[in-house]
Amino acid sequence: MSGLATTLLESGETTTAEAVLFWVLGPIMVLAALSLLFAKKAVHAALAVIVVMISLAFLYVAQDAVFLGVVQVVVYTGAVMMLFLFVLMLVGVDSSDSLVETIRGQRWIGLLAGIGLGVVLVGVVGRATYGKPYGLSGEQVDNNPTGVAHIIFGQYVFAFEVVGALLVTAALGALVLTHRQRLTPRVGQRERADARVAAGATLTPLPAPGVYARHNAMDVPALGPDGQPLESSVPRVLRVRGQEADAEEFAARTQRVLAGVSQVRGNPPPQAAPESAAVNAPDLGAAVSDTGQDGRSTGPAGVIGQEDGK
Amino acid sequence: MILIGEAVAPVTADFSNDTWWIWLIKAVAIVVFLLTSVLIAIWFERKVVARMQVRPGPNVHGPFGLLQSLADAMKLLVKEDMTVKAADKLVYIVAPMIAVFCSLLTFAVIPFGPSVDLFGIITPLQLTDFPVAVLYILACASVGVYGIVLGGWSSGSTYPLLGAVRSTAQVISYELAMGLSLVSVFILAGSMSTSQIVTSQTAVWWFLPLLPAFVIYIISMVGETNRLPFDLPEAEGELVSGYMTEYSSMKFAWFFLAEYINMLNVSAVATTLFLGGWRAPWPISTINDGMFNEGWWPVLWFLAKLWALMFVFVWIRGSVLRFRYDQFMKIGWKVLIPAALVWVVAVGVVQGVRQFSGLELRSVLFVLAGIVLVGLVISFLIPEKKQPGAPERPPGPQVYDPYAGGYPVPPLPGQVLPPSPRKQRAAAATAAADNETTPQVTQEVHGG
Repeated sequence: MSGLATTLLESGETTTAEAVLFWVLGPIMVLAALSLLFAKKAVHAALAVIVVMISLAFLYVAQDAVFLGVVQVVVYTGAVMMLFLFVLMLVGVDSSDSLVETIRGQRWIGLLAGIGLGVVLVGVVGRATYGKPYGLSGEQVDNNPTGVAHIIFGQYVFAFEVVGALLVTAALGALVLTHRQRLTPRVGQRERADARVAAGATLTPLPAPGVYARHNAMDVPALGPDGQPLESSVPRVLRVRGQEADAEEFAARTQRVLAGVSQVRGNPPPQAAPESAAVNAPDLGAAVSDTGQDGRSTGPAGVIGQEDGK
Repeated sequence: MILIGEAVAPVTADFSNDTWWIWLIKAVAIVVFLLTSVLIAIWFERKVVARMQVRPGPNVHGPFGLLQSLADAMKLLVKEDMTVKAADKLVYIVAPMIAVFCSLLTFAVIPFGPSVDLFGIITPLQLTDFPVAVLYILACASVGVYGIVLGGWSSGSTYPLLGAVRSTAQVISYELAMGLSLVSVFILAGSMSTSQIVTSQTAVWWFLPLLPAFVIYIISMVGETNRLPFDLPEAEGELVSGYMTEYSSMKFAWFFLAEYINMLNVSAVATTLFLGGWRAPWPISTINDGMFNEGWWPVLWFLAKLWALMFVFVWIRGSVLRFRYDQFMKIGWKVLIPAALVWVVAVGVVQGVRQFSGLELRSVLFVLAGIVLVGLVISFLIPEKKQPGAPERPPGPQVYDPYAGGYPVPPLPGQVLPPSPRKQRAAAATAAADNETTPQVTQEVHGG
């Protein structure tokens, strides 16, 4: 493209401003294009691409193709952004190019092919003859976007539709290829919440260990509003391992304090019984939602707070 | 609605009288306007959010705390400017500049008003305009995101990288919805130049006939500017501050500036494309033969609409919680984009029927309303689909031997692993320690 523009400029019909713009942008583009080849980091290469694309857009705008110039930026920034993501996902954040040849003689073959292409291009471009440039003003019926629309949706409408179908096919193909069949029904937030309500489990997050207790260590159960220790506040792992602090001790201490109160009110000390029954036998059926087959894990089962419901 | 689809000149604004110093005045005025607006916007946001949360907000520096953002800016200026050692130096420094420069570009094509007499020269209150001005705004916005992405990547740190990747995904998905919602305006206005779009709204502002597109634009503009409830790239509860975690002092301030300028940008675009631009609201516009639509008055209407949208931003921030990432993506791809597509097709069909059949817009709309009504009535006759019952659980967890085949196999749905040796040891230890009830052995049911 840049080579073509040079030749057009040499016919001496463009303005000085456009020539200046070209000779400023040209070297920048060549440098960026070269750094695309020689950059060690893949992300730098992606950046070089965006520099080339934006400079190209400037040149388009300078040559009266405003629509093409702006669309160039809109489309290619998105495209390079995808490239950037691919680099991050496939190559890694910081990885540099590996210079190890995977195929023997690959480098020499590549070099040879490159030189061959260069010779062909120089031959073709050098021998081409160009007509007198007459600019876009004659082509543009109303204004630039309208002219482009007439060409795309009139003259080239079939090619345009075919390209559209091709792109849709590609997108669908990507979806089909990455699709995995689900073995079990998907358990989302709503289903989990419904199950929790149906099971009569704790709907709120579980209390944190040590709340209102004398110690705030992980193994000390929190005290409920009634002063009774809440077994469910101690992490499941500690409970399964039997490493929690003795809840009975805290309960007994509270009992002593509350003894007078309950005598006055005649209330039996509530709760505690079902809680302690559930301590060592958490039913994880409701908590474990995925089999690891449908992608993301929902985290450790104990966190969700369902194991104490049943 | 008379103006819809009429063949008109690509750009209404006439810049033929402009001299270089007019350009300079306009450009400087735009930059000054943006920078001072950002200072006011920060104060405005803090004050309004504070009012919504029943507290006074900034009230120490200056009258009503007006100088608070100036004080903040000074603080940021004199703070130590750190460059992270693990950072990719060049990209790390360039990233905030990209963000700010791109955000400054948008207002070049926003019309503040019609032609005015500026030092003896009749010139439109707009720096420039061209046939694809709105596409140019989209282009600037999409380049501006590179500031965020590169800043996050070059910091050489995990949270910024996560923020950058989120921002990329966010921009790719929300820019589509945004662009599609703008297309229906292009179709009706018959142009992509901002001044022409404002002219096309003489009879009716586009937000009324294009309400769905307007709603989609408002939602996606919040997503585009990384504001609550879509501030996932900088979610402080999850990512510290996302892409700007490793930035300090002026470099951080540039990101901050870019974010607020972008808010002004998208509000200005919404004003220009949907809310009539600088045109006076209805009862005022009829006073004295449209006196308030001429001269310098329109600047007032433009600013009023701009700040009303800024208030909407703050209002949303004050009342909506941050979305979870998957919910955010679901809204973008499964709600906004399909809705925008359907809407564009509908607007295209109506416009096509009008243009090629010579029917009145009114009769076309009546026919469409009739079709919708009939569809609605028919939908009432369709019996409600029965809710699928809860998935049947297997009768009971089935203990299996994972080593039956010689190597460990994960449990299939309905199967459970036998108790792990460690739990057995713990149980044995407890049993030995206090000879009480034998603790039951936990079993993990998978995929129930």
